[in-house]
Amino acid sequence: MGCHLCEIWCAVAHSTSKDIIKAFLYEGQKPLPRLLVEESYPESFALQCRHCDEPECMFACISGALYKDRAGRVLHDESKCVACYSCIMACPYGAIRINPFTGKILKCDLCADLDFPLCVEKCPNNALEYVEIKTEAEEKLYEI
Amino acid sequence: MRYDYVIIGNSAGGIGCVEAIRELDEASSVAVIAAEKYHAYSRALIPYYLDGKIELDKIYYRPHDFYQKMNVETHLGVKAVGIDINSREVLLEDGVRVGFGKLLIATGGKPFIPPIEGLSGQKNVFTFLKLEDALGVKETLKSAETSLILGGGIIGLMVAEVLRRKGLEVIVVELADRVLAPVVDPITSKLVQEKFAENGVGIILQNTIAKVVGEKEVERVILKDGSELPTDLLILAVGVRPNTEVVRDTPIKVNRGIVVDKYMETSVKGIYACGDCAEIYDFVFGANRVLLLWPTAYVGGRIAGFNMCGVRRELTHATSMNAMHFFDFYIVSAGLNVPNDSDEFEVIYKLDEERKIYRKFALKDGEIAGFILAGKVDRAGIFLKLMKEGVKVTGFKDKLLKEDFGYVDLSEEIRWDLLADKVKLGVVYEYAAYEA
Repeated sequence: MGCHLCEIWCAVAHSTSKDIIKAFLYEGQKPLPRLLVEESYPESFALQCRHCDEPECMFACISGALYKDRAGRVLHDESKCVACYSCIMACPYGAIRINPFTGKILKCDLCADLDFPLCVEKCPNNALEYVEIKTEAEEKLYEI
Repeated sequence: MRYDYVIIGNSAGGIGCVEAIRELDEASSVAVIAAEKYHAYSRALIPYYLDGKIELDKIYYRPHDFYQKMNVETHLGVKAVGIDINSREVLLEDGVRVGFGKLLIATGGKPFIPPIEGLSGQKNVFTFLKLEDALGVKETLKSAETSLILGGGIIGLMVAEVLRRKGLEVIVVELADRVLAPVVDPITSKLVQEKFAENGVGIILQNTIAKVVGEKEVERVILKDGSELPTDLLILAVGVRPNTEVVRDTPIKVNRGIVVDKYMETSVKGIYACGDCAEIYDFVFGANRVLLLWPTAYVGGRIAGFNMCGVRRELTHATSMNAMHFFDFYIVSAGLNVPNDSDEFEVIYKLDEERKIYRKFALKDGEIAGFILAGKVDRAGIFLKLMKEGVKVTGFKDKLLKEDFGYVDLSEEIRWDLLADKVKLGVVYEYAAYEA
């Protein structure tokens, strides 16, 4: 329905206080979302990082700022980012955004500071789901 | 000594290969050989380091304990000078022979030094590819007031920007009639030239250095047209050539670069190559060519690593692609660099002169064959995806010129086809994964 609440809550999730009022009013710089809602009435959908198995952004990253952690999340170490935008060039989904304040990039970390991604938790229409895709190797382990 | 896997090269391609091997195979022995003594660093970050945007410790591409964690032995600071394909050994300059089961050659490129009278032995002349170059330039900067850069390509212009910001007088000399000629079109070149003019960098086109004058240090240069320019610092940035020295006197086939197939294997079985030293298939160009690109080097190394471990993977969608920025002006270009008046391609473009925003797409048979986004590069990767998937864009081509073009502008069928996760699952990143 194009409510953009996932964007709002994504921004909150990456604020200092994690509180919607404090985040937008008292934290100085406007909090920014890492996903985006694409709209062309009557269609709308949220588009976020897919934490690809073969992450083109990470392969293209010239500084080693993008990396994959043991849980399979593709993460961004801002202190290493030089804002070259090689990842913007490489991401097939256009899921990496530019932080207008720092020039560096913003990307989904599946709410690294929280137990559960807020975009999913707060979606009023249950349009977003958070599911784990098991690799073939993991499936086999599970069967045993 | 003998290892299951040996990699010559300690940059993007070599690291891509190490990470792929360790995802699949924890136990085999792996060694990395490199001529430079440093831990894996990113060449692409050298301008940022010189600029002071990053400290030296951030130039490293992977954490300092990367090779320990990966259980990889390193032979750094010793150059590989040859390969014995019969005994399957790499010959090092110090006489040591390193045996291999499978070998990756990822020796990168070497800067082209044009023949210029009076150039040899001058202290204040640098190329710009290695960390040593940057350290040398940094030292020379302290006493330099004027600088001259030969070559108006990406590297030359990045250095020009940095030197200008450091307060030097900067002049770029370029042989072509515009900067960045191989990677962007004339409109983009003009926007870039305006950006440099605004920032007080002089650009001299259709000219080159005929002669340098000075004892021990270059004091002035004499250009082809006879004009003279004083300089305290001379940077040579006229291009990079594949560094294929190590395969000399071997049957490994070399054209402009080391020729590899889609598995990244050379003409000799079990020996692979990737990155700036190799020549790979460009799916838009429709033939093999040398692609001097960081992402392509990494992915090439990765594909090679899988194949070296016996997991068949193909590199099928490599093509030219560049993300660059000069001052605050960003550009992403990919695929073929087509002139706007081309007969062969359908070219659509939109230039916003005031905001300096330019979008241009070259179409062939309804598919994107090349594009340039300048001034605003948001979501550029979507176009690369459309190119790689061979999506017919004819039905929505006008929308490509919208600055906020996105998946919503595609038909529902194409959109979900592209957004669905088509990547084959099955590879676990257990060993490649490390906490930064």
